[in-house]
Amino acid sequence: MQITGAELFVKALLAEQVDTLFAYPGGQAIDLFNALYGVEGLDVILPRHEQGLVHAADGYARSTGKVGVCLVTSGPGATNLVTGIATANYDSVPLVCFTGQVPTHLIGNDAFQEVDIVGITRSISKYAVTVRRREDLAITIKKAFYIARSGKPGVVVVDLPKDIQQALGSDGYPQSIEIRSYKPNTSVHMGQIKKSLDCLKRAKHPVFLLGGGVNISRANEVMTALAEKTGIPVVTTIMGKGAIPTSHPLYVGNLGIHGSYAANTAISECDVLFSIGVRFNDRITGKVSEFAKKAAIIHVDIDPASISRNIEVDIPIVADAKNVITALLEKAPEFDFHEWRMQIDEWKKQKPLGMKQTGESGVTPFAVIQKINEIFSDAVITTDVGQNQLWTTQFLELTDQKQMLTSGGLGTMGYGFPAAIGAKLGNPDKDVITICGDGGIQMNIQEMATAVVYELPVIICILNNGYLGNVRQWQEMFFDKRYSSTCLRYRKSCAAACNTPSACCPEYTPDFIRLAESYGAKAIRVQRYEEIESTLSEAKNTEKIPTVIEFIIEREENVLPIVPPGKPLSDMIMGGDE
Amino acid sequence: MKKRWISLFVENDIGVLARISGLFSGKSYNLNSLTVGTTEDTTISRMTISLTSDDKTFEQIKKQLNRSVEVIKVVDFTDTAIHMKELMFVKIHGCSEHDMMKLSYMKEIFQAKMIDYAPSMALIESVQTEAGNNDLIKLLESDFSGRIEVVRGGSVAIEAISFSER
Repeated sequence: MQITGAELFVKALLAEQVDTLFAYPGGQAIDLFNALYGVEGLDVILPRHEQGLVHAADGYARSTGKVGVCLVTSGPGATNLVTGIATANYDSVPLVCFTGQVPTHLIGNDAFQEVDIVGITRSISKYAVTVRRREDLAITIKKAFYIARSGKPGVVVVDLPKDIQQALGSDGYPQSIEIRSYKPNTSVHMGQIKKSLDCLKRAKHPVFLLGGGVNISRANEVMTALAEKTGIPVVTTIMGKGAIPTSHPLYVGNLGIHGSYAANTAISECDVLFSIGVRFNDRITGKVSEFAKKAAIIHVDIDPASISRNIEVDIPIVADAKNVITALLEKAPEFDFHEWRMQIDEWKKQKPLGMKQTGESGVTPFAVIQKINEIFSDAVITTDVGQNQLWTTQFLELTDQKQMLTSGGLGTMGYGFPAAIGAKLGNPDKDVITICGDGGIQMNIQEMATAVVYELPVIICILNNGYLGNVRQWQEMFFDKRYSSTCLRYRKSCAAACNTPSACCPEYTPDFIRLAESYGAKAIRVQRYEEIESTLSEAKNTEKIPTVIEFIIEREENVLPIVPPGKPLSDMIMGGDE
Repeated sequence: MKKRWISLFVENDIGVLARISGLFSGKSYNLNSLTVGTTEDTTISRMTISLTSDDKTFEQIKKQLNRSVEVIKVVDFTDTAIHMKELMFVKIHGCSEHDMMKLSYMKEIFQAKMIDYAPSMALIESVQTEAGNNDLIKLLESDFSGRIEVVRGGSVAIEAISFSER
């Protein structure tokens, strides 16, 4: 039978078992939307901005393990995806983004709403392609889903010119696909497994360093079993947090520039660093030449390009994390690292993560996140980017039932709230909470409408300090307290140079409570410690509408410890009494 | 730092050249020359890439090329026996009779051809290794400074069958 390209597009989505489509219409996508009209089994979600749209698809994908699917129009619709594509691709999130395009005969003519989105996204996507012939449409979509979800997952952009959407052609959609130039390796080389185990046998102070790869391959259970069998302590990156439950006795903490004292010390002192699904980003290594200097390094990653890029690796294993962990669990003996574990526990006890109460109100990020830990047991927690994110990665407790989504690689402000919307759509039975700052929430606050109209009771925690806090902290610590463009309470009437927040500072704009209420959301401002728990509980019990909780926190609260730029992990600036 | 050669088999699709060259610019890899053309299988293009890098960067470049979805095969030619040639045209302007004599002497030595000619102009075609063409240019520049026009094609290379040659 002959069907239009748009009809084939819908058929392909259903064949790929897409149940939720994040979509924003426009002139060059109108045929696709026409074909979507009234289709059963496919929820079309209309966010309020394409950036919110793509972050929502990202949150949906990360929280469900499925491919997130976006559909937008050409030109500005497509370019508004760019930040979200880079965000998802950097964190290996599988997305397929369909963009409308001007008809093929107009491409290159500077037609209305024409951009070369394939060219624009080339360096921030896994694969990007314009469909130029109707007969290539089915195979291209099949290829897109396969490439997005296999190997190291990533973003695929499929650009669909309007005439391709309209052209009649075959209704066939392939069941499987073979790509000669793309064959990701997932299977494990047993010789390397044996080598790594031999290395562990000689170890006295080994550490597992787990990154996002462990979470992506959904190896959390086997990983916990492996840690328990071998008795090796576990350190995680921000993206790897939750690889084993954070309350597990073998869990040490996050490493890196805001890592815990115990984790950073364990990395600096270990003799074997067994790293899985990490890429030794500069945020975790500190000064590279000093990183894990005493250790033999084993590195498991599905991406060969991650191996020995930043850190010289002794034993590389290129494979899927879950396959490696499963093989290790089978082959690994039980070790005795009792003394080493005692030592790490001692470091944990000496300098635990935490936060002293600096202000009078007691509404500290630490207190807020601790209450979230207590109240929510089955939840997805998203973060924005900045201090809110760093505090969350420090204090949030994760279990098998609790997952954290965060923009770790790109560090995209404005990610948290739309990602929470996507996560809630994918996990209607879980509580979904986003922890944001007052800066980042304003980057996609228009999605409040999306949350309201789709009756999504997400909980939006705004930690409001009136500053772009992370940059302000750096200005305080490393730039002589010159608060340049970081105060969000600034008004024209303020002094040109100000580094002293006071009771006289102008009112905050906007009033988040009134703003949220105008959208039809519930909104509560919290200024006293006692209100934290009751407010969070109230939000948890609220159905069908989102709840905004604005926590007024100490204005100059810092994220500590911190490893200053260019310093080794052992040079942490601690907080409190240090 | 060392000069390297890669032979790259890629899908013959629109945008692949941009993806490969974009990889070099985006990641600040030092690219010297890149040639591309189709092979006996017209769905496959073959690139010959020359670049200068240290060992570690070169390993990374090969891996990055390999992980590109459109790349079928990466072959490192750096220390392999290969045949490699580059086509170059040099036009020399304002030639006197004496210059012409000199040129015909030079082309003999460098195994280049004079393929076009006018009373005061000559066009030389040279198919040499990159280094051979460099030498010829150097010589021409010293004798005909400001009067030469050079077009180079970049190198193409293929594995040797029975002996080693550059």
